[in-house]
Amino acid sequence: MRFGVVVFPGSNCDHDAWFALTHNLGQQAEMIWHDSASLGNVDAVILPGGFAYGDYLRCGAIAKFSPVMGAVRKFADEGGLVLGICNGFQILVESGLLPGALLRNRDLKFVCREVKLRVETTNTPFTAAASRGQVLRVPVAHGEGCYFADEHTLDLLEREDRVVLRYLDNPNGSLRDIAGICNERRNVMGLMPHPERASDVLMGSADGRVILESMVQSLVAAS
Amino acid sequence: MSDLTSFELDKVRSILKREPTETELGIFTVMWSEHCSYKSSRLHLKKLPTRGARVLVGPGENAGIIDIGDGYAIAFKIESHNHPSFIEPFQGAATGVGGILRDIFTMGARPIAVLDALRFGPLDVPQNQRILEGVVSGIAHYGNCFGVPTVGGECVFEPCYNGNPLVNVFALGVFRHDEIFYGRASGVGNPVIYVGAKTGRDGIHGASMASAVFTEESKHKRPNVQVGDPFMEKLLLEACLEAMKTGAIVGIQDMGAAGLTCSTCEMGSRACTGVEIDLALVPQRETGMKPYEIMLSESQERMLIVAEKGREDEVFRVFHKWGLDAATIGRVTDDGMLRVKNHGVIAAEIPNRELADEAPLYDRPHGVAPFRPVGMDVPEFSSSDLTADLLTVMGSGDVCSKQWIWQQYDYMVRTNTIAGPLGSKNGGADAAIVRIKETGSSVAMSLDGNARYCVLSPREGTKLIVAECCRNLSTVGAMPVAATNNLNFGNPERPEIMAQLVESIEGLAEACAFFETPITGGNVSLYNETLGESIWPTPVVGIVGLLKTVAPVTIPFKEEGRTVVLLGGLGSSDEVRFGATQYAKTVLKDFWGLPPALDMDYEKRVQAAIREIVNGGFAESAHDLSDGGLAVALAESSLGGIGAAIELTTALRPELALFHEGPSRVLVSTAAAAEVERMAREHKVEALRLGVTMKESLRIENDSMTWIDCPVQKIREVWEHALENQLAARV
Repeated sequence: MRFGVVVFPGSNCDHDAWFALTHNLGQQAEMIWHDSASLGNVDAVILPGGFAYGDYLRCGAIAKFSPVMGAVRKFADEGGLVLGICNGFQILVESGLLPGALLRNRDLKFVCREVKLRVETTNTPFTAAASRGQVLRVPVAHGEGCYFADEHTLDLLEREDRVVLRYLDNPNGSLRDIAGICNERRNVMGLMPHPERASDVLMGSADGRVILESMVQSLVAAS
Repeated sequence: MSDLTSFELDKVRSILKREPTETELGIFTVMWSEHCSYKSSRLHLKKLPTRGARVLVGPGENAGIIDIGDGYAIAFKIESHNHPSFIEPFQGAATGVGGILRDIFTMGARPIAVLDALRFGPLDVPQNQRILEGVVSGIAHYGNCFGVPTVGGECVFEPCYNGNPLVNVFALGVFRHDEIFYGRASGVGNPVIYVGAKTGRDGIHGASMASAVFTEESKHKRPNVQVGDPFMEKLLLEACLEAMKTGAIVGIQDMGAAGLTCSTCEMGSRACTGVEIDLALVPQRETGMKPYEIMLSESQERMLIVAEKGREDEVFRVFHKWGLDAATIGRVTDDGMLRVKNHGVIAAEIPNRELADEAPLYDRPHGVAPFRPVGMDVPEFSSSDLTADLLTVMGSGDVCSKQWIWQQYDYMVRTNTIAGPLGSKNGGADAAIVRIKETGSSVAMSLDGNARYCVLSPREGTKLIVAECCRNLSTVGAMPVAATNNLNFGNPERPEIMAQLVESIEGLAEACAFFETPITGGNVSLYNETLGESIWPTPVVGIVGLLKTVAPVTIPFKEEGRTVVLLGGLGSSDEVRFGATQYAKTVLKDFWGLPPALDMDYEKRVQAAIREIVNGGFAESAHDLSDGGLAVALAESSLGGIGAAIELTTALRPELALFHEGPSRVLVSTAAAAEVERMAREHKVEALRLGVTMKESLRIENDSMTWIDCPVQKIREVWEHALENQLAARV
């Protein structure tokens, strides 16, 4: 399958995502520059981690106005798979493609460590290859990853089975331990942990691969 | 403003053959500051070994470069940002990271790892807490956004760093041999291009500030501290590496200490050319800046490029793609002069070579004994509870978990971190390891310093540091290949401090020659003195090693029932050499005597043996003995949940046997004890079977007397949150 990895000037996990896709999963991947108004011919899009435009304002607040995000929105509207990792999740939330907000971590500090995630649903193209209740060891690295939404939205997410991943050891104070969610149509997902950093046992865990592999499987099944 | 002595002023006049202008005086003052010219240390730094089979570029460039095979090379260096970090901890530390990263990528290498050596006063002083928090968040802010993993380092607390914290940042980058760039202004007529952030009034005279002792007035020096913008630096990195690929760049240098002044004259001096610039063309953030201010500004995230004439547009195109300023501000000339104009009017005209390379050289008096704060007398001591003592050491500031610090650093970005900080994902190893994706090999890095050893004997202490670094690398199976150093000392104009510096450099030279780790660059930070109190001599050594990319051998014991072997044996110690240990510091709260004794021949054999054992796959865990000695190494190896039952047979008194810090020892757990012993024998190294690993507790007996018996969980609790608890209990 052919993945597009969006590169904002301050993306710094773009290469990691590219490497995981091409070297660990054997897929094709290409970089898409932020001022490109088209995604080209890709089957899925990854918004990688980093600090898109420095994020001195609110994370993702400027990125949502970039030309590429217009193309990502259109791609999502047409049913394309979009995965936002860390800063990518923040951008999806700012862009309104996913509900809620990502606030500063509970203890106001950047946190980088491995966390345990529980797969809450396999009814998404991002977790179809996992099993429900499966526990994944995947790292987080963020300063603003505390998921927040109003009670109504949180209830809705749970009712519609859209909480995809939950922390077993909540590192940032996210409400209801939410680590990753998907949209109503289930083709757009955002998560704070970094599956691309857990795609190779040499890096300490390969548990994150199941998310990328699920995307590949779903794309193959659909093609 | 000028800090030049009358002797130095006379030298300026004789070079110029006239009185200097205000701008020229400023230029000489920063270039001839201790920080930029190494005028007190240069004479002695010449003693350091700098050549080796793998050294592609040694001292004198922005960073040293080492061949790692397969057509690839690494660039690495360490630099201090001590003075700014005291005045403004967050920005001081942040720009310290920024500065060393630019030193790496100005040579064409992409930074792939950062380590920091930090020193603070004790945390029961509220100001030290504030400095620690500021420094750590500054490093995190800069490194995380830039996208370089901070993979290791060390953090030590001593009262001598009250009012004078140390922030030493090591960075390492990787590139191909044919991607190396130098800071040279070659090619008469070539354009000189300014890229990156605009110039403001920040950081003026930062280099001079870093060359003076602190007084009560120093707090007013906040405007001398620069302000960092890591996003800008990230853009600069990508744009520079991309512009280098065009082939249009002839030379490039970052603007660090002494900003535009240093980059212009050094690039000209290295290429034996002149450089002429007009300050009116420099992108400026503020209006009305004087030539003096523009030349001395230390605004961050700026680079100077010399491009091939006629190909400027290729460079501009790349920088504009990344949204950065780029402007031609002058050209390379053939007269060897640094000529600074402002709207066409000459503001300074100085010969490059004399300015950059002929700074005064001082042979400061050092014919006295190095300063020592304590004597040789051994106090009386006798432990009533060795288990409690172990917990005291494990929970002390120097030994306890630093997770409060490293969890704020993104130590995994770029997905190369095979071994990170102690206690991170796989438990951590003795050295940080990052893989080089392009080659299938990895680089191991160790950063070490020990001022307690060095203040008792600068020469022996420094040799112990080099030995420890090389042992750390060997314990993960890496071959040590090259070193960098950061010499943090007090006021060199005091003979008893200068004597510390000289002895330390000589010890460094001897040990680096012996362990075949040439020094490829480094930094000297003098005048670390506040209100008349010098810091203890704190040489920090960073050594890199090479190994194949494989799953690392980490510190924690992995399985029950494995044999625990102490490679190198129990070692010898006596009371005099026990005075600098962590036990003396934290349990006895005392300090005396001499550092541990080092037998470099034996040390080298132990290192060869452990490399062979680890690379042969015979060690399930490996951890060298250092701070806290045998008991702490055993406790640290038990933190993963598997402890050990240890049986000693020693005539040493228990405090010494358990906590002495004699070098040349590595703790191994193995399922192949006979193989380990055989390899040790081949290297003529002792291999002592200490006991076996077991579930959940650490028990140490000697001749059937129980010395220590403690659940692993309890050790972990004390160790893991000690630092956070100290910070939480703020006054």
